[in-house]
Amino acid sequence: MEIGELYSRRQLDEAEGEQIEALKARSQQPIPDPDDWLEEELRRNILMTSVDSLLNWARRSSLWPAICFPACCAFELIATAASRFDISRFGMEIIRASPRQGDLMITAGTLTWKMAPQVRRIYDQMPEPKWVIAMGACAISGGIFASSYSVVPGYNRIIPVDVYVPGCPPRPEALLYGIRMLQQKIARMSLITQGR
Amino acid sequence: MTVALSGKKIARQIEKHFPGGIIESSPQSLVVDRESLLPVATYLKTAPGLDFDYLTAITAVDYYDYFEVNYRLTSLKRNHSLVVKTRCYGRDNPSLPSVVSLWRGADFQEREIYDLFGISFEGHPNLKRIVLWEGFQGHPLRKDYLQW
Repeated sequence: MEIGELYSRRQLDEAEGEQIEALKARSQQPIPDPDDWLEEELRRNILMTSVDSLLNWARRSSLWPAICFPACCAFELIATAASRFDISRFGMEIIRASPRQGDLMITAGTLTWKMAPQVRRIYDQMPEPKWVIAMGACAISGGIFASSYSVVPGYNRIIPVDVYVPGCPPRPEALLYGIRMLQQKIARMSLITQGR
Repeated sequence: MTVALSGKKIARQIEKHFPGGIIESSPQSLVVDRESLLPVATYLKTAPGLDFDYLTAITAVDYYDYFEVNYRLTSLKRNHSLVVKTRCYGRDNPSLPSVVSLWRGADFQEREIYDLFGISFEGHPNLKRIVLWEGFQGHPLRKDYLQW
């Protein structure tokens, strides 16, 4: 059975016109934004917080590492930055070639005394506030080279270290955990006491 | 495949040109007297049939009584290789003639041996420490080097 046998073409057009008219009649006012669940202050875009929490939130949420990868731990750091572990989940996918744009130094590798002045210089060029993660056994204590004539027994001889991540080399999960720990540390910093 | 030449055979050939220049020889290598190192090296580089135009590596060994320096030579033209050794005595200021004038590749390697063994190379254009820094005390690859 065809539609044309029950309703004429004209009747179908008239039914469609009625639907449009009805929708138009009940759509004369704009629908309000669904913000009635917000507090009155939020609806007026006012946030009440301390300067510390705001600053610390901004600082810990976009840590930009400066490049300091003197040895083999660098490959675990590269794996951490690549797609499987994806360091950008923590707001730090931009690993800076210039220390002037970085605020986190991940010291991935053995440091020799001949290289030490350059690392100190990179650290000095980073703008305040800045943090250091010692990644791997060599960065913590010199590792298996601790008693060598040429290796620095730990980066903390050269620069202050905030978080130590053990391993030879540490797995990317361990480095990410270290980064999370550093973020928790930053969250507790205060402008008055300067954190450290 | 590069053919490793017999040290004994080459030693007999060198002995004809430089009598007394060879201290000892074996199928693996030959040991040259310190004084005739440079003439023998020049001969090995230029003699037709030998043509050792490439210095693969220089290494040094501390045998307490003397330092032995090994020159691993290769001929890219003839596709053969040879190990030449020489010895220098004394621990206070051992020295050897430099071969930088023959093979430029010896430059950094002689500096490294100077740095880590304390062997001076006479005639080297820029003999200073390369791996360690100026002011470092001692030469760490010597057998009697003790840090503490």
